[in-house]
Amino acid sequence: MSAHTHHSTPAHGGDILGETGEEVIGTSPVERTAAGDVLEPEEELLTINFGPHHPATHGVLRLLVSLEGEIVRDLKPVVGYVHTGIEKNCEDKSYWKVIPFVERMDYLSYFFNMEAFVGCVERLLELEIPPRAKYLRVLHMELNRIHSHLVWLGTSALDLGAMSMFFYCFRERDRILDLFEMSTGQRMHTRYFQVGGVFEDIPLGFAHNLRAFCAEMPTRIDQYEAILNANEIFLERTRNVGVVSRERLLDLGVTGPLLRAAGEPWDLRKVTPYECYEDFDFSIPVGTIGDGYDRYRVRVQEMRESVRIIEQAIDGLPEGPWIADDRKVVLPPRDELSVSMEALIHHFKLVTEGFRVPPGEAYFAVESPRGELGSFVVADGSSKPARVHIRDPSFVNLQCLRDQCIGGYVADMIQNLAMLDPILGGIDR
Amino acid sequence: MPDAPGLELIAQELNADAEGSVLGTYHEHGQGCLIVNPERIIDVLRWLRDTPGQEYRFLSSLHGVDYLPAEPRFGVVYELMSMPRAERLRLRAALADPGGERLPEIDTCVELFPGADFQEREVYDFFGIVFRGHPDMRRILMPEEYVGWPQRRDFPVGGEPVIFTHDEPVMPRWYE
Repeated sequence: MSAHTHHSTPAHGGDILGETGEEVIGTSPVERTAAGDVLEPEEELLTINFGPHHPATHGVLRLLVSLEGEIVRDLKPVVGYVHTGIEKNCEDKSYWKVIPFVERMDYLSYFFNMEAFVGCVERLLELEIPPRAKYLRVLHMELNRIHSHLVWLGTSALDLGAMSMFFYCFRERDRILDLFEMSTGQRMHTRYFQVGGVFEDIPLGFAHNLRAFCAEMPTRIDQYEAILNANEIFLERTRNVGVVSRERLLDLGVTGPLLRAAGEPWDLRKVTPYECYEDFDFSIPVGTIGDGYDRYRVRVQEMRESVRIIEQAIDGLPEGPWIADDRKVVLPPRDELSVSMEALIHHFKLVTEGFRVPPGEAYFAVESPRGELGSFVVADGSSKPARVHIRDPSFVNLQCLRDQCIGGYVADMIQNLAMLDPILGGIDR
Repeated sequence: MPDAPGLELIAQELNADAEGSVLGTYHEHGQGCLIVNPERIIDVLRWLRDTPGQEYRFLSSLHGVDYLPAEPRFGVVYELMSMPRAERLRLRAALADPGGERLPEIDTCVELFPGADFQEREVYDFFGIVFRGHPDMRRILMPEEYVGWPQRRDFPVGGEPVIFTHDEPVMPRWYE
């Protein structure tokens, strides 16, 4: 800034200092060179606390942000406010009691948390689950993916000022929760997946309701897109904002829609098919440059793909048992308890002590709505895990927030955070 | 996942390139695993990341484990992914407990895999394993002034008394 511009328009706030006649820029006295030019004062950074209880942080995330005017110069996420020691507690529970615990970490993708843990234990036991159980799991996970994306879409659009989106998204979310209630008895945190399969078969009428939902959902997604796709404010806020290169995202370990929006077609459902994903015909939406708009489009397209998977799963649902027939691991059917002494003994052993898992380690990862959700379980031969570690996608993905925000406006930081979709319950565990 | 001969080949080439870096190999539940000398962990990770034909460029996850009562007591486990081949490989570095107040140490891999930043801090936070050269080796999930390493096996569950305000008459100045 030259001396001339300073006299005409004080850039750093034409405040009371201007009236005193004293030459001050910002809060520093003006220094001049021998030639009389004003020396640029040290850029002054304002460090503010964003969160941990700000509604736009989607939980209790705290960001230490250094601002130069409206520009973000540095950013540091501080996490741990909802750390509840779930991993430690899991070591004190028998395997089947861990399931409801891990569900409550990433509270929007409970079926995925269960799948990661239960799948890992099944690998340790080398237990094969029946085809009907696989289909039911995929069906519920894909419903859960739509549910998670709906909550994300509603709250993110709300952050960007599109209030009505919140109501539309939660309308469909409630229909999914109704479906969960019908098949599992619970709307959230269902504890539906068991080691060996699923807890119960789907009830009569569920398929009908599910088909009705699948027929309706694409028209609902059309409505969301009609609201947002060409909305001038939404486009201005999201286009070319928060771009991080694909290489940098890979270096940071970022997975999920964030990575796919940057053009990398990486989805664990395709690259390492688990359960029965290889049976289904679906595609992986990818973006081009990886800005906020691409992230939005990728997630919305994923909802459409999930509807396709659900339709195929309910049409192709195999007949047969929904849980493995291994009496050392799976509870015997209820009606056998009154007639079979052996079933009663198995039931008693499983409920009191739980099943034992041979010593070993396994890592099993699934594609959650936010990326690679991995579960690492160390078994020591007892009925309790020696170590449970969850690789939560939000925890790793959060590291790219700094790259997204630096050099942008504060308002873009809100947009970046919304499009990052972190779930603090998963980050802090 | 590399098959058994493939895993042996990796181990041999690594040992030829960096003497004494791989101590053993095993397969477990369909996953290949290398047991790595913790002093050479960076050499091994760099070799696996940069050698043409390996390309384990993606660090999926990094776990700390406490194998008490086994010796060596601690383990740091790296889950690597080769994205072109969709193959996973696990590395395990065993660390002995130096005893007393001293903490086990291993080199950081943040230079190679910047995404390991938070995960190494998490391992430090819960197991007290120090990652040498990490740019910001502080607790991440527990409060910064917290004392102890909560996920070690000898750390009790419920190690802290749960105190409520109605305990004030029986336990004055409980908040200190």
